[in-house]
Amino acid sequence: MLLAFDTASPQVTVALHDGADVVAELTSEREMKHGEQLAPLIEAVMARAGIVRQDLTAIGVGVGPGPFTGLRVGLVTARTLGFVLEIPVYGVCSLDVLAAEADRPGELVVATDARRKEVYLASYVDGVRVAGPAVAKPATVATVLPVVGEGGALYPADFPHFSGPMRPSAGWLARVVTEELAELCDPEPMYLRRPDAEAPRPPKRVS
Amino acid sequence: MKQEPLVLGIETSCDETGVGIVRGHTLLADAVASSVEEHARFGGVVPEVASRAHLEAMVPTIERACDTAGIALRDVDAIAVTNGPGLAGALLVGVAAAKALALGLGKPIYGVNHLAAHIAVDQLEHGALPEPCLALLVSGGHSSLLKVTDVTAGVEPLGATIDDAAGEAFDKVARLLGLPFPGGPHIDRVAREGSSVYVDFPRGLTARRDLERHRFDFSFSGLKTAVARWVEARERAGEPVPVSDVAASFQEAVCDVLVRKALDAAASQGIEDLLIGGGVAANSRLRAMAEERASRLGIRVRVPRPGLCTDNGAMVAALGSEMVARGRTPSPLDLPADSSLPVTSVLA
Ligand SMILES: [Zn+2]
Repeated sequence: MLLAFDTASPQVTVALHDGADVVAELTSEREMKHGEQLAPLIEAVMARAGIVRQDLTAIGVGVGPGPFTGLRVGLVTARTLGFVLEIPVYGVCSLDVLAAEADRPGELVVATDARRKEVYLASYVDGVRVAGPAVAKPATVATVLPVVGEGGALYPADFPHFSGPMRPSAGWLARVVTEELAELCDPEPMYLRRPDAEAPRPPKRVS
Repeated sequence: MKQEPLVLGIETSCDETGVGIVRGHTLLADAVASSVEEHARFGGVVPEVASRAHLEAMVPTIERACDTAGIALRDVDAIAVTNGPGLAGALLVGVAAAKALALGLGKPIYGVNHLAAHIAVDQLEHGALPEPCLALLVSGGHSSLLKVTDVTAGVEPLGATIDDAAGEAFDKVARLLGLPFPGGPHIDRVAREGSSVYVDFPRGLTARRDLERHRFDFSFSGLKTAVARWVEARERAGEPVPVSDVAASFQEAVCDVLVRKALDAAASQGIEDLLIGGGVAANSRLRAMAEERASRLGIRVRVPRPGLCTDNGAMVAALGSEMVARGRTPSPLDLPADSSLPVTSVLA
């Protein structure tokens, strides 16, 4: 039984996949607060499917890009759970999850909200990622190609051909892992931005 | 209730990823990964850098702690984790990891207060905590006087810094003197060569008028400014700055205020045991001065060894173990990380 979750959007999404199909899926009702919501949702999704932790055989986790704080909650949970249960942990680019759900032939752009008036985005041809992920100002990456993801909805002037899905779902993440719909990676966060930190100036004079 | 519970504790409130394992009052492992070197060039802890480092260090540090303790994770009775106070993003990594352990092992989780954990850690070295006791907690993040009647049930704050933490003052003065970050150990080292009476630096909040409102509170920003002024005046006059004398005089001023107020607080509460914790407790002058002055008043001083004074997972495990032993209720799985968790709340 594969446990999948993604915390790279404002929502926490959790699912179980038994190898044949998704058997349970839950999404947080509240936005943010990933640290408070993820563990109870994992417990709840296992209860819903009537399984216990010993039934888990693998973990799939969204590696972003996405807001750092939430992203880390997902990754540290996946790594730690994988370590205690001694089961493999597969990372999936969260944008690939949206592309898999969109399931569109031809060219497709996935764009999510990167805050600070920017988007995270990646380009796909026939479902295969050909560029990205990257972080950019919407105006500099404006396109008339079809776009999925919340970034499209937020900047309609730059992405006129927007449609759903908006945010990655754990059910699709589980399908990506099980059916290898995208390249799997190590559970390493895709930050795409350096930490905001400045070297200090020399001490201020006080007299 | 289990008297000698096996508890794994996780600490990520600042820049140390700590995982400790204790059985009752016995320390089995205290693995710490520090990102301090990554912060050094910024002159202080950068929260995002710390959070990233916690994520990378978490599983390897858990693994190292288990190896050192020679235990299997499944044998652990409970997981304890610092859920505040501290850096929000940093705390969150530890809390999420602790929940994953609790879920994966089917064991209870205890969210614990970082400050109370600094107190509980002494049990690992000196046995059961004397209760009541008075705790002086001094580090880069805290400077508090606390009355402890039951360390698992919250502690009573008597006083705290109204501006900089004591450790922060050490860092800032070290920078003024051209010493590396973190400043505490370097000031301690160079001060040994200097005269503690070379400059009579101010003792914050010890004047009669301050004592009315701030009897047990601290202030270190005036002291830091006084050191800066003194150093600048020397430089302006084209004279060399006697670094070790300034360091020793500054250190003397900090320790004098800390010890004076701690002993006054103990005496006012009729408490005969003083416990000093936090990173600054590793300062050799603070230890010596506290022991010397306390013995004159018949007050016993307990200071954990330096390795247990700085932030670590063992202190969290020590408090967690005490909570299990005293039958406290575990935390729910939606336990939040609370960056400003008040010291009165031990259990979230
Ligand atoms: Zn501390």
